[in-house]
Amino acid sequence: MLELLSQPWPWYTSGILIAFVMVILLFFGKSFGFSSNLRVICAACGAGKKVNFFDFDWRAQTWNLLFVVGAVLGGWISSEFLSNGDVVQISQATIQDLNALGVAAPDGMQPDEIFSLEALFTANGFLIMLIGGLMIGFGSRYAGGCTSGHAISGLSNLQLPSLIAVIGFFIGGLIMTHLLLPFIL
Amino acid sequence: MSKSEAISWYRIQEMFRFQAFHMYGIIGTAVVLGAIATYLIKKYNMKDYQGNPIIFTPKEKSVPRYLIGGTIFGLGWALTGACPGPMFVNLGYGYWAILIAIGGALIGTYLYGLLRDRLPH
Repeated sequence: MLELLSQPWPWYTSGILIAFVMVILLFFGKSFGFSSNLRVICAACGAGKKVNFFDFDWRAQTWNLLFVVGAVLGGWISSEFLSNGDVVQISQATIQDLNALGVAAPDGMQPDEIFSLEALFTANGFLIMLIGGLMIGFGSRYAGGCTSGHAISGLSNLQLPSLIAVIGFFIGGLIMTHLLLPFIL
Repeated sequence: MSKSEAISWYRIQEMFRFQAFHMYGIIGTAVVLGAIATYLIKKYNMKDYQGNPIIFTPKEKSVPRYLIGGTIFGLGWALTGACPGPMFVNLGYGYWAILIAIGGALIGTYLYGLLRDRLPH
């Protein structure tokens, strides 16, 4: 059993689990959306004193923060107990494209070129993480949701705004991947 | 998430290069099942565990905020290979570098709060 769990899981298991989590949250009177946590954390840090966008009862959202703790724990359990050091099996075409950008073929979950501490202590590596994070935080709040809130919850509820947001995700993602990354990496 | 490699930068790159079905499979399965569940909940007016009706708040109608906000989000997603959920999974996985992205995301959220009244919505 543990051996089976330690192998990478096929895509449909993840899709089923995500939908399952969404339904559970609905039955607990909540909604599935991860980026709201960033707003809650800002509010919990006292941002509500200066900016009224953060002046709300964040304590009512504590359940959502537990979701964050769960995500961290899930990552830890999966790397500590359910990992057999498998290499991400991306397609040959992607490996070649990334090679051309100076990113070696996967030897784990994430590329050392971006996720190692050595990379982080270079100006380029630090800025990738910082600016990437900035855009994620700013963009998801501006759009009113991220992948979970729009692509999963929103599309499941057949919301046109969510479809527009997802189209935006792809416009941004394609610009970054095909036009900007060659200059950044 | 981590076991299906949805937290991997490589997988997000592969998705934005349309070179594998993997990520589309994950999101597609979740949306199809989610849509069926949402439909059934609405059709049978299901209640949550406290007996309150499950309400789906429609998103506000607008184009600029979703398109511009979404595009900015997409730029960050493709750069770091992480969206808000997987960021925290990566942290648990032991990729400490992602802490900078989490910090960035908090600053970004704060900046949005600051500038909100001046942005087109």
